[in-house]
Amino acid sequence: MSTVYLEVAGLKAAYGDIQVLHGIDFSVDEGQIAVILGANGAGKTTTLRALCAMVSTEGSIRLAGEELAGHRTADIVRRGVAHVPQGRGTFPELSVEENLMAGAYVRSDAEVRADIKQWYETFPVLGERRTQAAGSLSGGEQQMLAIARALMLRPSLLLLDEPSLGLAPMITRALFEQLTAINADAGTTMLVVEQNAALALGVADVAYVLEAGEMALSGPADELAADDNVRRAYLGY
Amino acid sequence: MVVLASVLGVFDISLDKLSNGELWLAQFFRGLSDGATYASVALALVMIYKSTGFINFAQGSLALLGVYLAYIFSVEQGLPVALAVACAMVASAVVAAFIERVFIRPFPPDHVLPLVIVTLGLLLIIDSAVGIVWGFRTRSLPSMFPSGAPIEWGIAQLTWRTIGNLGTVFAVVGLLYLLLSRTKVGLAFRAVSSNLESARLVGIRVGPTLGFGWALAAAIGTLGGALVVPDLLLEPSIMLRVLIFSLAAAALGGLDSLVGAVIGGLVVGLARNLLVTFLDLSELALATAVAVILVVLLVRPTGLFGSTTVERV
Ligand SMILES: Nc1ncnc2c1ncn2[C@@H]1O[C@H](COP(=O)(O)OP(=O)(O)OP(=O)(O)O)[C@@H](O)[C@H]1O
Ligand SMILES: [Mg+2]
Repeated sequence: MSTVYLEVAGLKAAYGDIQVLHGIDFSVDEGQIAVILGANGAGKTTTLRALCAMVSTEGSIRLAGEELAGHRTADIVRRGVAHVPQGRGTFPELSVEENLMAGAYVRSDAEVRADIKQWYETFPVLGERRTQAAGSLSGGEQQMLAIARALMLRPSLLLLDEPSLGLAPMITRALFEQLTAINADAGTTMLVVEQNAALALGVADVAYVLEAGEMALSGPADELAADDNVRRAYLGY
Repeated sequence: MVVLASVLGVFDISLDKLSNGELWLAQFFRGLSDGATYASVALALVMIYKSTGFINFAQGSLALLGVYLAYIFSVEQGLPVALAVACAMVASAVVAAFIERVFIRPFPPDHVLPLVIVTLGLLLIIDSAVGIVWGFRTRSLPSMFPSGAPIEWGIAQLTWRTIGNLGTVFAVVGLLYLLLSRTKVGLAFRAVSSNLESARLVGIRVGPTLGFGWALAAAIGTLGGALVVPDLLLEPSIMLRVLIFSLAAAALGGLDSLVGAVIGGLVVGLARNLLVTFLDLSELALATAVAVILVVLLVRPTGLFGSTTVERV
């Protein structure tokens, strides 16, 4: 049987006085891919930021049984949580290669170089531009770099905030194939926020729907994909 | 012609002076020497600006403290000057790290205005503290370099001190470059300056990284002060004057460029010496520094080598 890897209970988050998450519960099993759907402003980005202590939160966040709440971002990263933020996730002034090296900042093993080489093979465009400043890459290339940068951590939990943003449909499909391959090979647990609901539900094991900071729906991804409300609201048919 | 003559008259320019090649050369060397000292303090400003996006106005005060410590270690305790300066660099780095931890870190690093105000407050506090502890009488700190000049043409001398000042600045830039581009802490430093949020997300501890920047900048500033002070006299307002020239140097170089800080420093040093000598502007030396800052802000806010505009100050 699968074990729960990430377990969130009663999670509230606020920016100053503005409460954005009103106590949500969800969980992701080890090795699973979970997707969070929701309208713009529902609180999806805030949920991922809350997991990394990048917004003030209340509630419980357990990773492999250990409480994360109260820890700082840098310590949460050291527990194997990688986060690809929405939009600008790179270091624009640093070269592509330095971005990848920064992604391995907390690692001290000897395989960092080999991993960099591996991501150059996966994303050849990054290899071609290894000495170029990340800020000079196209939006899609930067998105690939941000994802490769996060994977350089060899994360046990990967948080992806709209990874398809700015990517061409074909690249998006290729990216999701990559992600499922990484999930299968390395057993990386993933929590994905995605606008392309059809694609995301296709690869995900479980799905959650956020509405105005509350968890409106949850269940196995294939069941949600068949749900009439979800279909109308997020799949458009 | 009349206009030209009256301009010459106003500035008291003498053609004798202008045609004196040795005087030009002498002022050129002095300009380089002064410029190197401005450059080294400018490097300290640039280090902080690069990582935080603001000018640390307390930088000169930390250097002032460092130079007084160097004075204590050398003149009062009898250490060789170079060793005394090295000890003072370490001591000022420790003080800077402490100040960063206590006064700077409580403020969020991406809100610049409160931080600028804090550094201005620190400037006033440290400068007055130095005045209270050591008094306002002038003292002289010996130079780290031997006196005399290996090369002379009449009144123009290329002194050991000029050579030492220039060598020191180039060595500091070289080492900083290696530190920033070849080491893990350098990578962390540049990552923090490039994207604070992503830096946190790769596990970089932002606070200690910025604290390290403060410590390093204070050590460099102290070294710069130890180059400047032997030419002048040590008293509590000395670094404030140097800070203005260094600020001009940093603005000219582009605020976030190490090479720019050095070239800016040399240009300001040369401009100052030539203007003071040939236009007889000794009373206006500080004003020329302010003029440089204004011209840069108006004409080219990114400076010569900078990538961001100066307006974030
Ligand atoms: N830094 C901030 N300060 C104040 N309010 C914020 C901040 N960031 C987000 N919010 C508010 O929080 C709410 C949720 O934002 P969030 O970014 O989590 O939405 P989202 O579901 O990711 O939306 P999108 O699909 O547009 O990315 C929004 O109403 C937004 O206005
Ligand atoms: Mg979002």
